[in-house]
Amino acid sequence: MDLTVLIIKSLVILAIFGITLLIATYSTYAERKVAAFLQDRIGPNRAGPLGLLQPIADAGKMFFKEDFIPAQASKWLFILGPCLAMLTALMSSAVIPFGDSIKYASYDVPVQGLDVNVGILYVFGVVSLGVYGIMIGGWASNNKFSLLGAIRAASQNISYEVALGLSIIAILMMTGSLSLRHIVNEQANVWEWNIFTQPLGFVIFLTCAFAECNRTPFDLPECETELVGGYHTEYSSMKLGLYLFSEYINMFTSSAVISTLYFGGFHYPFMTQVHDALVGSLGDVAGHNVATLIGTVVLFAKIFFFIFFFMWVRWTVPRFRYDQLMNLGWKSLIPLSILNVILTGAGLLYNIKYATWAIVLVMVVLGATNAIKAPRRKPVAVPQV
Amino acid sequence: MNQFDSFLAHLKTLTAAGYMFYGLGFITLLSAITVVTARNPIHSVLALIFTFFCLTGHYMLLNAQFLAIVNIIVYAGAIMVLFLFAIMFLNLKQDDEESKVTLTKTAGVIVGGVLMVLLLSIFNAAPVGTYNPGTFDAQTGMVERLGIVLYSDYILPFELASVLFLIAMVGAVMLGKREAGDPHF
Amino acid sequence: MRAQTDQQKTEDSKHLTMLTNRSKQVSNKEMTLAERMYLPAILGGLAITIRHFFMKKATIQYPEVKRYLGPVFRGHHVLKRDEQGRERCTACGLCAVACPAEAISMVAAERKKGEETLYREEKYAAVYEINMLRCIFCGLCEEACPKQAVYLRHDRMVPVVTSRDGVIYGKDKLVEKLDDRYVRNNPDVKATPTEPTLSRSVA
Repeated sequence: MDLTVLIIKSLVILAIFGITLLIATYSTYAERKVAAFLQDRIGPNRAGPLGLLQPIADAGKMFFKEDFIPAQASKWLFILGPCLAMLTALMSSAVIPFGDSIKYASYDVPVQGLDVNVGILYVFGVVSLGVYGIMIGGWASNNKFSLLGAIRAASQNISYEVALGLSIIAILMMTGSLSLRHIVNEQANVWEWNIFTQPLGFVIFLTCAFAECNRTPFDLPECETELVGGYHTEYSSMKLGLYLFSEYINMFTSSAVISTLYFGGFHYPFMTQVHDALVGSLGDVAGHNVATLIGTVVLFAKIFFFIFFFMWVRWTVPRFRYDQLMNLGWKSLIPLSILNVILTGAGLLYNIKYATWAIVLVMVVLGATNAIKAPRRKPVAVPQV
Repeated sequence: MNQFDSFLAHLKTLTAAGYMFYGLGFITLLSAITVVTARNPIHSVLALIFTFFCLTGHYMLLNAQFLAIVNIIVYAGAIMVLFLFAIMFLNLKQDDEESKVTLTKTAGVIVGGVLMVLLLSIFNAAPVGTYNPGTFDAQTGMVERLGIVLYSDYILPFELASVLFLIAMVGAVMLGKREAGDPHF
Repeated sequence: MRAQTDQQKTEDSKHLTMLTNRSKQVSNKEMTLAERMYLPAILGGLAITIRHFFMKKATIQYPEVKRYLGPVFRGHHVLKRDEQGRERCTACGLCAVACPAEAISMVAAERKKGEETLYREEKYAAVYEINMLRCIFCGLCEEACPKQAVYLRHDRMVPVVTSRDGVIYGKDKLVEKLDDRYVRNNPDVKATPTEPTLSRSVA
């Protein structure tokens, strides 16, 4: 590999790494702000202008708290847990294409950590490893509540991975490639974004992404009404900080994956026209790079929207009960995603792109008729004595 | 001494991939031995997971990206999670010495020894595949080639294996099904 | 419809009173398919919360902005002076007796010749102390005082104490300053009336 390419590549990787950490940091701030705004409050505004230094204050607090390891805990595994959680969280953003490519002299370097031809499987694999951090930490704490939290996390992640994988398979069938860059480039036309061709797959993927990130309404592993603090009950100081931080990194990564898989990644309407105009006015290299920058900004706008969506849902929907969670995963999402795969295959066979809308239509019609036929509740319920 | 010198000379001729192979092989063996020797079953399982990671690295060195990732997803990501899951439920605080009586130990040694002899003799007899760097296809081991081979040359075994999985799945569902009189958890 | 519900209400009001008309009977009815799909309900919930996102916020930025707590708020104690600037307190001790938290203590003294401009009665409180850690701001001292001497200001709170020395408030902090007179019900009137016009009158 050429040295220039190597330097640009390392710069891109470093930038992605730094941006991931920065966004995760400010997600904690955004979470508190969004929570506050949704509850008619104004949130943190004391540390710095608009409270923008709040994450730094939080991190400082985390670092200076007592780093406590329970006497009966398995010490090294107790330390390994948060490290693994952080490691797997940081690894997954490596294959996401954040932009088209940077041109420098005669070089053309894609804005992506590394373009492996099994990109989506890589993300999937790393995400499935994420549960080890939680499991090891929960078990090493030598505390029943931590163990129960860890076990909930494990079974929840395994259950929802199935539906997640099946909803990805529908996309892979339409694209014919496992490479994320290829999947993005397939969605150059706005009406071919996978959200329009795979509406049901999107809903399933989104739900499973919530479950994989352990976010409300699926945050059973840290359900404080039942499990004290869940798997991180015994953790304090920066070890707890790493667990919480890895959750936000996971949120960022899943937002990036959702935008990449279903919302065309760095594509936006009239992208080629903008690109041509920029190349025409600024020259080949500069114009191309500016166009790439715009694409990256668009992708980040999509990512931010989904991060906001994660928070929006968190402060709207209450937690599921554990049997509801399992029923939803195994009895609804998996059959639906298998149906989705079959219908997508049929659509490919007969060259109908929007075949899966049939399921959506049928579900809407069924739901509506069922709701109409159902016996009415009394409008004003009067308590009977 | 002579042998050691020739080993050193061999080391000098190695490429980067060669060094990685030896390093990775060493770590793999180390973690595999830990799986057997660790006293705590959880440590054993963790070492096994680490062994799978090392194997993934070997697949990478063999240019089998798809196999590497699938190894992580299926073995490290799903099966070992279930292993860990099951073992965490067992209360294995003290070393369970009662189960390790002399009989089981000797049986283990005999079975392991026979397996080792068998494997060694197989590797000794089996021809090592060679390749011609001029005509080597860099796409070998990639998911597209694998798919083409699976769905053309090996279509029958592939489909049979999938039917086998289906049967196993149906069996699991039957086992897990709650019958009328069963306690409700 | 209205007549019907009214009729229902009158029927049921015999049995129980409803605080609001928004109570709903719990129903174990089987959920419809749309309800079991969760999505319509979740979308409805999201619509509600996003409306709140853009609503006016209820927060008051406390140390910078203080809201008016009303004319009956019981805050900082004050030992009143009369219209000539003499202390009204005669150290009868009724407030200390009335105090449920036993926060008030005092030492009485006799008024000397020439101190008539300082104290209104012949007896006065040489020491008057309120322990602010004990005080529960119930206002019973104010009720008990026959001389209208103790009041709990409605416009000022007792500030946070950060050291043990600052907990016990003596006369230096309690007696009304001449340039900072306290009037409860009419903030426009600058001078203190001879007998403050309050809810209760002295017979």
